[in-house]
Amino acid sequence: MAEPFLSIQHVRKSFGATTVVQDFNLDVEPGEFVSFLGPSGCGKTTVLRMVAGFEEPSAGKIVVAGKDITRLKPNQRNVGMVFQAYALFPNLTVAQNIGFGLKVAGMPKADADRRVAEMLDLIKLPQMGDRYPYQLSGGQQQRIALARAIAPKPKLLLLDEPLSALDAKVRVSLREEIRSIQKRLGITTIFVTHDQEEALSISDRIAVMYGGKAEQVGTPFEIYNRPATKFVANFVGTLNVLEGTVTDAASGKVRVNSQEVSLQGKLNGSKSGDTLSLALRPEAISLGRHPGRDSSLSGEITEVHFLGSVIRVRVGIGGSTVSLDTFNSPAAPPPAVGEKAEISFSSGDMLVLH
Amino acid sequence: MKSGRFWAWVVFALGAAYFFIPLIATVEFSMRMRRGVYSFDAYEVVLGDPRFQATFGYSVLAAIFTIILGVLIVVPTAYWIRLRLPQLRPVVEFITLLPLVIPAIVIVFGYIRMYGSNSPLPFLASDTGTNALLVIGYATLALPYMYRAVDTGLRTIDVRTLTEAAQILGAGWCTIIARVILPNVLIAVLSGAFLTFAIVLGEFTMASLLNRPAFGPYLQNIGANRAYEPAALAIIAFAITWACMSLIQILSRFAPRSANRPN
Repeated sequence: MAEPFLSIQHVRKSFGATTVVQDFNLDVEPGEFVSFLGPSGCGKTTVLRMVAGFEEPSAGKIVVAGKDITRLKPNQRNVGMVFQAYALFPNLTVAQNIGFGLKVAGMPKADADRRVAEMLDLIKLPQMGDRYPYQLSGGQQQRIALARAIAPKPKLLLLDEPLSALDAKVRVSLREEIRSIQKRLGITTIFVTHDQEEALSISDRIAVMYGGKAEQVGTPFEIYNRPATKFVANFVGTLNVLEGTVTDAASGKVRVNSQEVSLQGKLNGSKSGDTLSLALRPEAISLGRHPGRDSSLSGEITEVHFLGSVIRVRVGIGGSTVSLDTFNSPAAPPPAVGEKAEISFSSGDMLVLH
Repeated sequence: MKSGRFWAWVVFALGAAYFFIPLIATVEFSMRMRRGVYSFDAYEVVLGDPRFQATFGYSVLAAIFTIILGVLIVVPTAYWIRLRLPQLRPVVEFITLLPLVIPAIVIVFGYIRMYGSNSPLPFLASDTGTNALLVIGYATLALPYMYRAVDTGLRTIDVRTLTEAAQILGAGWCTIIARVILPNVLIAVLSGAFLTFAIVLGEFTMASLLNRPAFGPYLQNIGANRAYEPAALAIIAFAITWACMSLIQILSRFAPRSANRPN
């Protein structure tokens, strides 16, 4: 296996008696885009700040391109960073902001001017060089902040919730732009977010964090479809959780509300009589029986929400409620509340949460 | 509603009268030097007096050095307190308020004991040393105003994020203070500077007890021995202070607008 470009090894961070990051490990390949995803207070920003040099780890080390940077000051690391609050220098023009790092590095003015123009072209704001930050929209300011971060050609790009302060539409377009620029430059990037859609849509890999630890590190597909822990399963995407009791561990039979489903090979050492939390994504469930779906459960429709192209249906099964989306068809009326309904799914799509 | 507005105007008129009548009376008195007619004789006498020019020049120079010293002490201190030691803010605020509580005369006697010609640091043995002590004393007197002005300026920017943004781009502390922090609090620093200027120009106790040829003792001397000239001097001093305040207002229009808060 190739040497990782960024290696975070057994990093721990405590503030007084509180440990906010515990034994965090992550290897990032060159040019990879890795997102730290997790709720507020999970330690994702603290890890990022340790990589940037703004916080010193209480234990462990951080290696970039084979060099231990754990004790280096932020201005010695050659790392670029984009902040949630833009952090553009209000007294400088856009061009001066982008050229700040180049000037500090002592780059000749002609070269710096060329690089600034190149960056302005890259973020598609070539005419904005003479403007001041307050004359720009939030999205434009964040693009300038991105250009400023990458202008000195850093080894590593850190993005600390750069889209959180923007409105929804700008967020989507800017995240695509960030990803496209990152791919074009091939720069290794760490992206911190609490927005799962953001993380799923642009990352090569995601580290889902909780309680100062990485609960799971994997591709968006793995994280979504094969969550390793209950937290990951609940945090990423919408999930229907049903309680089940193992009736026959050998054949993988589990009883859910007096109906039996087969989960052969998924029980992971559970014994007959054990209670399990079973999870199903809404898109894995169909209303009615469908070919290829080997399991089904019966219940009663409790809620129907017409959302245009899709209809969100909630079906009460015993004491639980299962949520599923079905496409709107002009030829068929939507299901009615109170109707008896059968839901079907493939037992292979059912997740056993540990 | 209309009655409310009427009373508001009455209160405004009373306040304006309280402020302007003594001022107008002083102006009027200062112009009565020549018997029977209004003239600017008192102003001519004052402005033509070589002692006025010398003391005014001395005080202006002292004010400039005081401002430089104040900026060098206060800007990094207020910045560091905001960035790294916010828990010390109340303590520092209290310390900066002390010059308002401790009379200047106490500072001067402290100087004489500490820096007299028989002490290990005989600052008072030479003119340059005494001038330096005067400037340091003035910087202390101006501390409450300078610190508050700079601290208020720092409150309007996101000090921590701007510092981190500059650091990650490779900047050291000097570059951060000189190129990022100071330009963004320049208007606040100028406010503090003009207040310092006004304080230094009128300060009497320190300059007098240290026997310095400053404008404050000159004002006192003229006031005690002449009739019309003190009124003219008061108006001149007033005009200078107002000019300083107007400059603060004008310069504040050019303050860089903060881009650190998301829209």
